[in-house]
Amino acid sequence: MDGMRENEIIDGHTHDHDAHEGSLHADDHSGSHQEDSAVHEHSLDLTVLRAKLREKSGKQYWRTLEELADDPRFEDLLHREFPRQASEWDETVDRRNFLKLAAASLAFAGISGCRQPDELIVPYVKQPDGMILGKPQFYATAMPFGADAVGLLVESREGRPTHIAGNPDHPSSLGGTDVITQASVLNLYDPDRSQTVSYLGEIRTWSDFLKAAEARVAKAKTQGGAGFRILTGTVTSPSLAAQIGNVLKQIPAAKWHQWEPAGSDGAREGSKLAFGRYVNTVYRPDKADVILSLDSDFLASGPGHIGYMNAFYRRRKLSGPSDTMNRLYVVEPTPSVTGSSADHRLPLRSSEIEQFARGLAALVGLGGSGTLSPLAQKWLDAVASDLTKHRGTSIVIAGEFQSPEVHALAHAINTALGNVGTTLYYTEPVEANPVNQLESFTELCADMDAGKVDTLLIFGSNPVYDAPHNFDFTSKLKKVESAVLLSSHFDETAEYCQWHIAESHFLETWGDARAFDGTVSVIQPLIAPLYHTHSAFEVLAAFTDKPGQTAYDLVRERLKTLAGSTDPEKFWRKSLNDGVIANSAYAPISVAVKFSPASLPPAKTPPAGQLEFLFRPDANVHDGRYANNGWLQELARPVTKLTWDNAALVSPRLAEKLQLTQRAAARGGEHGQIVTNVIDMSISNSKVTAAAWILPGQADDVVVLPLGYGRKRAGFTGSNKGYSAYVVRTSTALWSVMAGTDAIKKTGDEYPLACTQYHFNMEGRKILSTGTLAEYRKNPEFAKEGDETPPKEMSLYKEFAYPGYAWGMAIDLNSCNGCNACVIACQSENNIPVVGKDQVMRGREMHWIRIDRYYAKLNTETGDPGATDYDALDNPQTYFQPVPCQQCENAPCEQVCPVGATVHSAEGLNDMVYNRCVGTRYCSNNCPYKVRRFNFLRFQDWETPSLKLLRNPEVTVRSRGVMEKCTYCVQRINNARIEAEKQNRPIKDGEIVTACESACPAKAIVFGNANDPSSRVAKLKAQTRNYPILGELNTRPRTTYLAAVRNPNPELEKA
Amino acid sequence: MSAGEPPINSPDITRLTPVLGPGHTYASVTDKISAIVLTRPTSLGWYIGFLIAFSIFGVLNIAIGWLMIKGVGIWGINIPIGWGFAIVNFVWWIGIGHAGTLISAILFLLNQKWRTSINRFAEAMTLFAVACAGLFPILHMGRPWYAFWMFPYPSVMGIWPQFRSPLIWDVFAVSTYGTVSLLFWFVGLIPDLATLRDRSTSKAKQIIYGMLAMGWRGSARHWQRYQSAYLLLAGLATPLVLSVHTVVSFDFAIAIVPGWHTTIFPPYFVAGAIYSGFAMVLSIAIPLRKAYGLEDFITMRHLDNMAKVMLATGLIVAYGYFFEFFMSLYSGNKFDVFLVQQRLHGPYSRFYFALILCNILLPQLMWFHKMRTNVAVLFVMSIVVNVGMWLERFVIVVISLTRDFVPSAWGRYSPTVWDWATLIGTLGMFVMLIFLFVRVLPAISIAEMRELVSETSEEHK
Repeated sequence: MDGMRENEIIDGHTHDHDAHEGSLHADDHSGSHQEDSAVHEHSLDLTVLRAKLREKSGKQYWRTLEELADDPRFEDLLHREFPRQASEWDETVDRRNFLKLAAASLAFAGISGCRQPDELIVPYVKQPDGMILGKPQFYATAMPFGADAVGLLVESREGRPTHIAGNPDHPSSLGGTDVITQASVLNLYDPDRSQTVSYLGEIRTWSDFLKAAEARVAKAKTQGGAGFRILTGTVTSPSLAAQIGNVLKQIPAAKWHQWEPAGSDGAREGSKLAFGRYVNTVYRPDKADVILSLDSDFLASGPGHIGYMNAFYRRRKLSGPSDTMNRLYVVEPTPSVTGSSADHRLPLRSSEIEQFARGLAALVGLGGSGTLSPLAQKWLDAVASDLTKHRGTSIVIAGEFQSPEVHALAHAINTALGNVGTTLYYTEPVEANPVNQLESFTELCADMDAGKVDTLLIFGSNPVYDAPHNFDFTSKLKKVESAVLLSSHFDETAEYCQWHIAESHFLETWGDARAFDGTVSVIQPLIAPLYHTHSAFEVLAAFTDKPGQTAYDLVRERLKTLAGSTDPEKFWRKSLNDGVIANSAYAPISVAVKFSPASLPPAKTPPAGQLEFLFRPDANVHDGRYANNGWLQELARPVTKLTWDNAALVSPRLAEKLQLTQRAAARGGEHGQIVTNVIDMSISNSKVTAAAWILPGQADDVVVLPLGYGRKRAGFTGSNKGYSAYVVRTSTALWSVMAGTDAIKKTGDEYPLACTQYHFNMEGRKILSTGTLAEYRKNPEFAKEGDETPPKEMSLYKEFAYPGYAWGMAIDLNSCNGCNACVIACQSENNIPVVGKDQVMRGREMHWIRIDRYYAKLNTETGDPGATDYDALDNPQTYFQPVPCQQCENAPCEQVCPVGATVHSAEGLNDMVYNRCVGTRYCSNNCPYKVRRFNFLRFQDWETPSLKLLRNPEVTVRSRGVMEKCTYCVQRINNARIEAEKQNRPIKDGEIVTACESACPAKAIVFGNANDPSSRVAKLKAQTRNYPILGELNTRPRTTYLAAVRNPNPELEKA
Repeated sequence: MSAGEPPINSPDITRLTPVLGPGHTYASVTDKISAIVLTRPTSLGWYIGFLIAFSIFGVLNIAIGWLMIKGVGIWGINIPIGWGFAIVNFVWWIGIGHAGTLISAILFLLNQKWRTSINRFAEAMTLFAVACAGLFPILHMGRPWYAFWMFPYPSVMGIWPQFRSPLIWDVFAVSTYGTVSLLFWFVGLIPDLATLRDRSTSKAKQIIYGMLAMGWRGSARHWQRYQSAYLLLAGLATPLVLSVHTVVSFDFAIAIVPGWHTTIFPPYFVAGAIYSGFAMVLSIAIPLRKAYGLEDFITMRHLDNMAKVMLATGLIVAYGYFFEFFMSLYSGNKFDVFLVQQRLHGPYSRFYFALILCNILLPQLMWFHKMRTNVAVLFVMSIVVNVGMWLERFVIVVISLTRDFVPSAWGRYSPTVWDWATLIGTLGMFVMLIFLFVRVLPAISIAEMRELVSETSEEHK
């Protein structure tokens, strides 16, 4: 089968969009003998080893330790003694451990060998078509995610996918990505991945499974399929749905259930409530002048968010003071990325959002009424009048976790405002089989409990971990005679399933998926499975009469039917090349609102003084499925800047009431370690203990419990981090639950959280320049006000001349909402290590870009005297600023390096010469922007074989003791230069795209030649909003910023 | 001694207290000093003291070993605080290393007789302090095995150090200072080594001391050459005393970090260095004279003079603090003003107040004669000043880095057990070297003391 896959990959086409050229690195050829990598696979735990030992008989197996050691798996096990993704070094080396280590290292010295093992480099005997060693290839594929799929261009180096970028031709990406898609390439190489089929924890062959599957189907057939159940997450793949259909066809009484712990039943049921049927809503933020989000984080999560971000920020690009901007209002209980970048944000408890929506419906003439506080009412009045002024050019977007009523109200309001057909449209659902997932899952659990289920196939779900706790899923799963789990890791659910099939990563398997607007993409594998893994297609095929059928066959088969009059082969090739199947997007449908807000039963007003607990998927690890991804774990959450943990987010006032405090620890301090109070929360007859985090901007009396943590069997990186909010989540209160104030008790314990930026005040310094649209029009130079620009001659040293290129970057703060995509793109492109929670708490995280989050001045929304206690912490204006190396022309770092390891290039880059660096850290001390990162320890994992495949061969893998920092992706600059010089022409504008620029969904980052006045970057730098950080220091940074401009509603602005 | 000697507690006791106890002859001086090395049995106290110091030196070796295995990440440094204990200790030790050469060279040139009995061990102390200091710039590097890249050697790659960096200036300043101090010390030792050679009874000692004495025979020509060489070296060492800490202060003054970037640093650092150096000489002299009964050679007059130098340099340092403060406020530079406020109100304010207490307030006791002549008070005071000077470097190096330009990058520093082990380990190394020194070399210059005998006997005739 493996050989066949190889052919399949060759069959796939490279995406011919802006390919980057690469240079050859001799030490990175491991990818060229990919097929061997299965030999180097990691055993997950000792059970594998034990299984191996058990296979051997009698005396043979226990001859020597060395014999065991010969087994590469055992060698890997030895390496596991050391960190692999995270170098979490514990300072507490007690005597016992020291002796143990000493003895162990002596004993294993002969086995582990030296740090950098010699490797044979074997050239290709027959070089694959189109591959030039050292040059990357780009393939279009797509990553399925919930009710969406993100189109990607994946960089492949000698057969190894190494970096992910968005596919500009795909509506879900438009060239941008988000953190989860960007980090998904690390999931592929996760050394903790499950690698084989296992039965009751013992390794089995695939044919064993096929036999067992055959027997199960035969048994099911005798009962017409009763007792045979399939559980999946949300499925948008037409082929997968067809395959499930094939299974159900032969056993008609079998059932397909769906459960997505962070899915949106509210949106589905809301559309049913409004239109009497499930429909899908597609927004067009680029067409809207006024947008109201009812607790919707549409810019950072949910179907289509990357594309929405692109569209939304297209309307916020300013080339001069006469340009117009859209206006965004957000009503939400807890600060989201969308809310933090809104022009107006109103913190409101989740339960009051429905009141707000009702009130709005009433104001646009739909009847009904909502009761709101005077402050919120004033806000609502202003929003309503703004929306009614923009009929047809406004949108109201309801949040994924809001009730069906709120969604239905939003549909009704949009219809009343005439927005349908202009700023949004409806389509058929993109899900293959839209159902109320909670009902579907409840039914499954009831049937399991009643003993009606004897065969259960679980695809990619982890219900033992994430099911509502009142379902007690574990005990029900134990009643199932044969449970089959397909999952990437041997997770919590795998422990209770008889069969566990290791799941192939989406970069290892064929498939297809539908995006938020219905566009279908073919998922094209970039690499043959690294381990003995299988896709959902293959597992399902095992239960049909064609057990050998592959995903490739199915997808090709399906595409033949779509080809229409075109040659199927050409159609197939074009679909693979483009990453989208032409004209597959759904056409808008027209549906009539069969719902009147007036007919709604009176809303339940929550009793006063109650606390509202909200469950929200985590910004990085989502519902917990990415918990073992070190990049996502170490990435600071956009608003809280927390890493490696989740916390119970409480509003500042509630914290005051509960006497919760937090303080910067002596070690790490504001840039690393914050010590917080631990609280016990008794909700829904269950209890959870968590670290409390005070979050400015959160609605009063609201506690947010992010999902996705407290995993028990996520793997080395993800297990036992944070707490699991699923423990207190019930089916009756999936997203919010009320409880008395006595539900929270301080335990008296403290817990250190790793927070990369605790200080949120700018201290009156001009670091992030902001203004309103009115201010900008009045004074286009507002960003430069109060600037001191010292004359160039002030420097002690000679000016550099830049006769050729002068690389520069402009970051439009008006388009940045702190989504973090650039941070992960940079990490992936530049081989940036993960350092672990302990090191983050010491202030040593390695990201080359950090996103600074500042809270600006008091936000007095109304000028109402009653609102004066609305102080800065309750609803701060939030701004984000990505800070990579500023590449100063008069760089303080260059002057103090004693060995000339950081030097000025002829094109104005501050080059970092890793080879020459001796690590005095003087450059970092002297850097006013503190953008340099130091390898305090050996942070890079040099041992884990799978992670070696991940690295970008064009970027040095740094070892301990050297400084590093953003290079403006100098490898990409040089690739473009080589290409341009070959063709004897200058480098064109836009030819070099840095990793951060390429990832940014809002196109906030622009890189180019500042010497060329016609380049995009030079034009941005010529704008009046352009300013450098700390210009008075005469560092003359090449990275400059365009001031953020907000577009507030004058009605809500204080006179 | 004349009969008109004032009572012991008279106010002018120190003025009149001689720099050499009464009744000493050439022979008694030579006997007494060389006996410590040659004839007196090594006391149990020495063994115990040496063992303790040696154990602490062992701690230093473990700390360095672990550092080499793991990297500088075992320390408390981070981003933004790239320099921590290592640089604090470096500046502190270098400062301590100032007193010896100052006493030997500058006071020699100024013809201060009282320097004679303390110059030898003060110079030794200087060398040991410079040795301790010299460890840190190497250890604090991320890749210390490439430390030689700091020197302008003919590399095949044609790469030179980056001469704009003050760290390179440091390399030259410190290595020059170390070399000249070593030469100066050794040249001063030659007549005494010959004395030891002549008085040794064992063959081995005769050979070793003989080789080190370089054929000294005490001829008039030898003496003449010796004295001009000594004078020249003193002249050479004098500017170095001032230059080395000036250059060290450039490490900070050249940088743009608020709290570092100030022109007052060079004089203020030099004064601070002398301040801590004299404190350290006192910390060593007081136990030394007690242990070996050298009260006649290191008299109250010495202690009193050193206390006065401490007071004077302490006042210069106080002036430095004041003007650092004043200039920050006067400049109106928002970063500097903020930094000053941080020193008073920030998370590290208690260190700043402790520093003011140790370096400015408590040393004012030295105005009082009673305090200057109280050995116990002097000893405590010398320790207080050394702690204070260490705190000063901590405040400058670390606290300035915690809150500089961009508030989002502000952080904090907390030393780890390895930071402490390295600091305490160098103290152990220092004390261990002092112990070895007093055991194998004359801690007081015999030759110069004999000169003093002749001079004082003339005075009192």
